[in-house]
Formats: sequence, structure tokens, C-alpha cells
Amino acid sequence: MSTATKLMAVTGNQAVALAMKQLNPDVVAAYPITPQTDVVQTFSQYVADGVVKAEFVTVESEHSAMSACIGSAAAGARTMTATSSAGFALMWEMLFIAASMRLPIVMTTVNRTLSGPINIHCDHSDSMGGRDTGWIQIYNEDAQEAYDATVMGFSIAEHADVRLPLMNMYDGFIISGAIGPLRPLSDDEVQAFVGDAPAYPSLLQPDSPVTFGPFDGLHGWYFEHKVAQNRAMEAALPVIQATYDRFAELTGRQYNHLMTYDMDDAEVALVVIGSAAGTARSVQATLRAQGIKVGIIKPRTFRPFPSAEFAQALSGVKAVGVMDRADSFGAQGGPLYLEVLAALYQRGVQAKSVNFVYGLGGRDLYPNNIEDAIRTLKDAADGADLPQSRIYLNLKGE
Amino acid sequence: MKWDISDIKDWGPGRHELGAMIPEAGNARLYKTGGWRTNRPVRDDDKCTQCLFCYFFCPDSSVIVEGQKVVDFDYEHCKGCGICAEECPADCIAMIAEIEFRRPTE
Repeated sequence: MSTATKLMAVTGNQAVALAMKQLNPDVVAAYPITPQTDVVQTFSQYVADGVVKAEFVTVESEHSAMSACIGSAAAGARTMTATSSAGFALMWEMLFIAASMRLPIVMTTVNRTLSGPINIHCDHSDSMGGRDTGWIQIYNEDAQEAYDATVMGFSIAEHADVRLPLMNMYDGFIISGAIGPLRPLSDDEVQAFVGDAPAYPSLLQPDSPVTFGPFDGLHGWYFEHKVAQNRAMEAALPVIQATYDRFAELTGRQYNHLMTYDMDDAEVALVVIGSAAGTARSVQATLRAQGIKVGIIKPRTFRPFPSAEFAQALSGVKAVGVMDRADSFGAQGGPLYLEVLAALYQRGVQAKSVNFVYGLGGRDLYPNNIEDAIRTLKDAADGADLPQSRIYLNLKGE
Repeated sequence: MKWDISDIKDWGPGRHELGAMIPEAGNARLYKTGGWRTNRPVRDDDKCTQCLFCYFFCPDSSVIVEGQKVVDFDYEHCKGCGICAEECPADCIAMIAEIEFRRPTE
């Protein structure tokens, strides 16, 4: 068990910057954007103060930030970055390159909506839009989870069975800028946990020269490389859980792909990612006291998607509501909803279901919104029909 | 290392290097790019002063020099860019359409 028990009051961004300092990566290449800015601002101060050895590359855009990270990781350096929203979108092309070159970069994505109308507040449309870039995606509820996930990042990304880039998410402003409790590890504990970076073939090894990023348009093995990437994603699922377990041995904080709350006897279930899960649990306690058997599932691992775990967790419920903080225009529902439905359908799990879309552009989610959602599910469990279209929570004018 | 790709046509997803990395240096010469060429450089040995400008300017290392003298072009890799002909001070390199070399003789 960890010996460092000092409790700190920090913002989510400060927590992640501290984790980056303790990891002491070789290279950080980043561009500032609200609400991520003080992650890299704080880290650049560590560099200026000489308390980390990292080469800090100031770049002219996020496309360049990810490009510099790709070059750095291809050269064998442990590499980190951070972004949000439009910066994430500007990285788009290079996110695919990082994943397809199998470079274990660790990135913090502080969730913020995409324009327009121009809006700086939280929703998940940036990283959810990037769910098919080939990056491992871990969603965090609070500063402690974001810190812990940052510490665990390289152990997953660099694993020989995986070798994929990994991004950690947490909610912009709600977590990134609000002060909350953090129980950090000591520098030595972080260093012992992450260990030395495993050697993999890289540039800057003159005795064994290699080529990264060759052209494949004429000979045709692109398809095989894509399948290899997808198999690495499948292999990542047990590696992530093993890393969660090893972290629990050190800290006592046990993470799983799906964090479940009172699911054992649940008649209805609410699936919710990120900071809203905390609000949902407080409403859950109130409604449980009134006799409504409601369970909550908070997914942490979204890519790779833990389909079997979802089917198992939801196998006994009569109605499930899936909350999406990002919409998928023209689709049947938000990204989390559609993935959950596919997992249930393919494994023959029968439950009534509905998609709750909430919080777009930072719209507040109040306890009574969640209470309404849970009561809708309870009514469905008792026989009422659920709409096939989305239910919007706290939408004005309707 | 020597990278054995003799049966690469049959390789499935598990056989390739991660990220399409090429674990061997210098094998670009195995990739014949001469077929891209539409105009072929032809050198007039009588006019050539052996200044070696073509050798230095060629972006694809396709001017063959032996004993400090230009002897030929590497037509398996020359893409016909014409830089050698443009830079030649003696004006001894002509760019001639490939079709002229492929037209069936009567």
C-alpha cells in the first residue's frame, strides 16, 4: 500500500500536470487551448525550473504538436501531450498516423465541445468524434481518476501486446478547473510503477536502421496492418485490466473497465461517463431510499469497448438508459448508446433501452434531470413504453 | 539485418512489422522505378567533357560512374526528370521520348 497519504486540494489540470512531472517523460510537445492550457503551462514551468528532464517543444498548432510527438516517439522517446476541442480536431489526421505507426504516446484530452456556435464548455464531442482514430480511450470522473489514469498510461500503451497510443479524458472546467481532493503517489512510487520504457525498434539507432511511415499504395498490405491494429486493441482489454489491478495493489484504488454501483439487484440501470456519474450516484442514493432499485454503470474504458462486460452487467435489468454527452447527427443515438445496444443485441440480452442526451456545450445537468431519467426507466420496467428517439435532458423550450 | 520477404505475398496481419516499419536499410534499390519514366536521358559520349555535373545533380543516384567517368544511366531507377540534361554544361544529354525506344521496328 502506498506510503504517500498526503491529501492535496488541486484542479484536475494540476493533478495531471503533477502526474506528468512524476512520470518525467522525455518529450512533451503541446499547444495551449482552453480548458487544457494549464496542464502544459504548469508542465512548462517544471521544465523551466529544471525539475523534469523533458524536452518541451513549443509548436505552432496541434497538428504540429501531434506530428512532433510522432517523430519523438518514433525516435524511441517517451512522449506526452495534451489538448481539447478544436485542438483535438486539428490533430485529427495525425492521430491516425500515431496509432497506425503503433507509437505509445500518452495524451490528456480535456473534454470540450466542438464549434459552432463557438463554445468553450464541456461535452464529449471532441474525443467521442475521435473514437475510431485507433487510440485507447479512458474516461475519468474526477481529478483523482485523471491522475491515476495518467500514471497508468505508459504501462498500457507500451505493453508488448498493445503498442498503441492512449488518451485520457476528463470533463473540461467541471474537473479541469474545479478544485478537488487528490491523494498523489510519491515520485519514487510513480517511477517504480511505470518503470523504464521498453526498447522497441526506433529511429536514431544507427546500428540497426529502420524506416517508419513507408508508402503502401502499390504493394497492398494496408488491410493487414489495419487488422493487426484492431487485434492489438482486443489484446489491450486484458492488459488494461491487469494494469488497473497492479495499480490497486499499490494504492488500494481498484479500477475496472466498467465501474458498477449497486448493480447486483438493479431493476433499472443508468450508464453514464465522466463527472456526471458523481451526480448520478447521489440521485441513486435518494431513489434507492424510496425503493427504486436503480444501478449505475460508469464506463472507464471506451476503446477498446468492453462489450462482454456490458452484456454481463446488464443481463438482469428490465430497462437501461444510456447517457451521452455527445450526439451523433443522423444516427439512432449518441456513440455510447449505440455501442451498448450492439453489445446487448449480439449477446442476446433483452432490456428496454433509451438514449439520454445531455450537457451539450456545457449545459448543466441537475439532480432532478437525472431523477426524471431514472423514473422514466422505472416506468418502463413497470410496463410503459420508451421512445425510440433520444430524450434530451434540460433542453430549453420543450 | 537481412529482411527475408520472399513469401511476403502470403503474409497475414500477424507477420508484418508493427506499424509497417521496414527493419532494413538500403532496400529501396529493390524497388524499380524506371517504369515511371516518359523521357529517357541519352548521353553523347563524343560531346561529354566528363565534368560529372549530371552525377552530382541526379536526385536518384541514377548516373553510373566508373573510374571517375560517366559510363551510363541506371534506367531501372531513373525517373526521367531531366535535371541532368538541364544542368549539363556541354549540352550532351538529350531527353528522348520512351515511345521512340518501344516503337516496333519494321
